[in-house]
Amino acid sequence: MANLICDNLCMTFTNPQTGGKVEALKDINFTLKKGELLAVLGPSGCGKTTLLNMIAGFINPTGGHITLGGDVIKSPGVERGMVFQQGALFEWLTVAKNVDFGLRMKSTDKQESAELVEKWLDIVGLQGFGDTPTYQLSGGMQQRVALARCLVNNPDVILMDEPLGALDALTREKMQSLVLDLWKETGKTIMIITHSVEEALLLGERLFVMAPRPGRIHKEYNLPFAERGLKESLREIKQDSHFADVREEILTMIWNMEEEIMGRA
Amino acid sequence: MLDWMSDNRAAIAAIVIFALAIMFISSIFIGKKQAKLSAKDAVFGDPERTKGGWYWSVCGISALLLVWFYFSWGVGRAYFPNAANEMCQVAKLEEAISPIKAALPLESRYYKSTTLVARNSDQLMQLQSQMPTAAFSQNEQTELYALISETRRLMANSSNPANLSLDAQDQLQVLAQDLVGLSTRLAAGPQGISPSAEALAQPRWGTTHIEIPMLPITERGVLFDTITLDAQELAARFVKIRNNPSQNDALIVDIKNRIDALKIVTTSGKFDEDVTTARKAYLKAVERIFKRLDDGIIFPAQSLEGINTAIATLDSAKNDARGQLGTIEALFFPGDGIVKSRTQCTEQGSGRWLPKPTDVVATFWKLASPNTEADGGFKGIPLFWWKWLPVGDVVAMIMPDWIADILPGEYARHAADGTVTPNFKDKVLALAQGDVNLGAVPMFDGHVWDSMFRVLVALGLGIMFGVPLGIYMGVSKFFKSFFDPLIELYRPVPPLAWAPLILTIFGIQDDGKIFLLFMVAFAIMVISARTGASGTQLSKIRASHSLGATNGQILRNVILPNALPEILTGIRIAIGVCWGTLVAAEMLAGTTGVGFIENVARTVSDYELIWVTILIMGILGLAFDLIMRWVITKTIPWRGKG
Ligand SMILES: Nc1ncnc2c1ncn2[C@@H]1O[C@H](COP(=O)(O)OP(=O)(O)OP(=O)(O)O)[C@@H](O)[C@H]1O
Ligand SMILES: [Mg+2]
Repeated sequence: MANLICDNLCMTFTNPQTGGKVEALKDINFTLKKGELLAVLGPSGCGKTTLLNMIAGFINPTGGHITLGGDVIKSPGVERGMVFQQGALFEWLTVAKNVDFGLRMKSTDKQESAELVEKWLDIVGLQGFGDTPTYQLSGGMQQRVALARCLVNNPDVILMDEPLGALDALTREKMQSLVLDLWKETGKTIMIITHSVEEALLLGERLFVMAPRPGRIHKEYNLPFAERGLKESLREIKQDSHFADVREEILTMIWNMEEEIMGRA
Repeated sequence: MLDWMSDNRAAIAAIVIFALAIMFISSIFIGKKQAKLSAKDAVFGDPERTKGGWYWSVCGISALLLVWFYFSWGVGRAYFPNAANEMCQVAKLEEAISPIKAALPLESRYYKSTTLVARNSDQLMQLQSQMPTAAFSQNEQTELYALISETRRLMANSSNPANLSLDAQDQLQVLAQDLVGLSTRLAAGPQGISPSAEALAQPRWGTTHIEIPMLPITERGVLFDTITLDAQELAARFVKIRNNPSQNDALIVDIKNRIDALKIVTTSGKFDEDVTTARKAYLKAVERIFKRLDDGIIFPAQSLEGINTAIATLDSAKNDARGQLGTIEALFFPGDGIVKSRTQCTEQGSGRWLPKPTDVVATFWKLASPNTEADGGFKGIPLFWWKWLPVGDVVAMIMPDWIADILPGEYARHAADGTVTPNFKDKVLALAQGDVNLGAVPMFDGHVWDSMFRVLVALGLGIMFGVPLGIYMGVSKFFKSFFDPLIELYRPVPPLAWAPLILTIFGIQDDGKIFLLFMVAFAIMVISARTGASGTQLSKIRASHSLGATNGQILRNVILPNALPEILTGIRIAIGVCWGTLVAAEMLAGTTGVGFIENVARTVSDYELIWVTILIMGILGLAFDLIMRWVITKTIPWRGKG
């Protein structure tokens, strides 16, 4: 079982000039089972990105460790795909070339990778855009390319850092459905960071609300909305009274945290 | 061709000027209309705004050409082809009377005599106050004071009109009358005189190397020319007139004797060395002023009045006789007009250093002709042409001789029958030394190609070594810190400051220049590649890591393309800087290249050639830049849109 396990994870940044220390994360413990969809929510600066970067292997923790299927994570790897807020596409390549970047790096057979690219472009709804340069795409389309580029590599875990943050409401809703569909069809473990409470509720089968200074998991929820989102329309779910209750509860929680930060500052 | 152009210059110029004017005006109209059409966006600095607009280029270029036409006297020469010749005749007259004018307050505010009196009085006063009293005895001092005031008296005698000798009076009067006579003849105009056949046979203005024909080719010109001859004679007479009043005769002898007496005492040897030197110096100063006054060049002011009026009359007669030529000169010959000096008339001002467009085209035509036998090209080398390049030479250049040496076996020995049969080793050696005929390929040739070749090779080497180093410097602490000081130390030094050193080490032929340019291109390429590489977004590198790329793959597939915009901009800058440096380097040394041509042209003041080389450099530089711009838009269309 390719479970993702964080064990007493700590991250302290040291400013090289002043020597000042920031406890970005302290004692994070959780297990993410294969196929789970985890949403992470929290006030700005509580260490969400830091947590994701550590799981991706871009930075190494100062304490504790992360394992995926028993192996300790020390560096980036293809089994952990990453989707960035701004896509981070290679603007000198076409859509298809962007998507098959990972395959080319592995020197996959041309024929095979062409088929895979075709398939994934289809799934993310970009059929026929293979030869378009990426700088000619809209923000939502670019995010789809980033998703396809990540998925074509067939990772075990997909990590997303505010992937839909820069999109308008409508595109955002479509992308949320897309994420849910992908989750169902591929059965992948997904961890998604978001600023939007609604999005976290809709997408998160599990939901962590994090608190800052030091960054830690403040409260954990298990939610039914993601399952329901596979069948029902997202807009209907948002009308649900249970949904509204949880949303209010979390909003108050985050609001209080922000208040506290302000008060302390 | 040249003669035909010269005959039809007015028509040609009219067409060209008319076309330029039309282009200038219509481009302004198009531009204004376009500006109205394109909606004004509220954002300042929208890159789309700077696209297109060829009409403004046309507007600028045609305005520049019109200005060039005008200030080079191209318009003047086209429409008033005889004006230069006539202005030359006027200039001749001006030169002829200039010795007389120099003595009068017409040009220099004061009579020359006034200036002399004032200056000498000042100097005598100074002498009086600076007498070295320690060096002279009391009596001698009194004597010296007396001598100074006697010298003053010399000046006073010369300045007194009552003392003017009858002879001089007479001469001045006659001269004034003669000058008035010249004015009358000028005012009467050309009566029945006509240009000589010899004059009419002269090459026309600007068709040969000697710009302006000297002999008069118009009636008015002949008039000025004949009057000039008489004016020259009058001027010669004037400068010989002397004013030596009889009152001065005895005085001069007396002063001279008294100075001599003092000199004899000085050299008698009874003084120390310093005292002798001081006395000698002082006496010499006194004598110098005295000698200046004893040759009769100071006249009473009133005595010159007649001449002064006569010359003023002649001047105005000259201006009248010039007629509309004066207006033409003022309107179409901006600058100092045409001046006669010694044996020829020359254009002065912008007419001199700014060659006429037609002359520039003719010079370029001659330079561009590949027929070096018929005086085309420059110094036996065409400007830009091609030639057959033996392949054997190229092979020999690449292949070093030692390749033959390390082959097994021995070189051939001569046999007993007195023959030598080359073996394989000999044949390889022959190949390495270029002795084998391998046929020939066509290759560019000429000054321009030589210059371009140097730039392109240097640029190629600069890119080849600079880009990889720059990229590594952009991503690695070791490379950055190791090479940074080295490059930053040599880069700020202007390339020309390196030139003497590098030309000494590598020789003045291509090697040295290429290396110099390589240094320039290398630094620019390193810096631009480095900036581009270090500017790669972290998220892109992280994404590629997650996609399974290795460090090497990221370098090639992410960092290099990401740095491409900077690299291409670097190449664009490097071409420009190399080109500029090359021309300067070619001026220092060498026997081919555009800079070499300009250097030779400079030493012989061939302004047409200088401008042609300048234009060639400019146009080639522009061509390089346009190509690079095109390459940039083709290869990095995403620039500014990421
Ligand atoms: N490279 C770094 N060096 C020093 N401190 C850092 C570094 N990266 C993050 N931090 C600090 O760690 C804390 C958490 O940062 P992080 O980027 O993880 O926040 P976040 O939860 O993602 O915030 P946001 O929601 O605004 O993206 C912040 O206080 C930040 O200042
Ligand atoms: Mg963040």
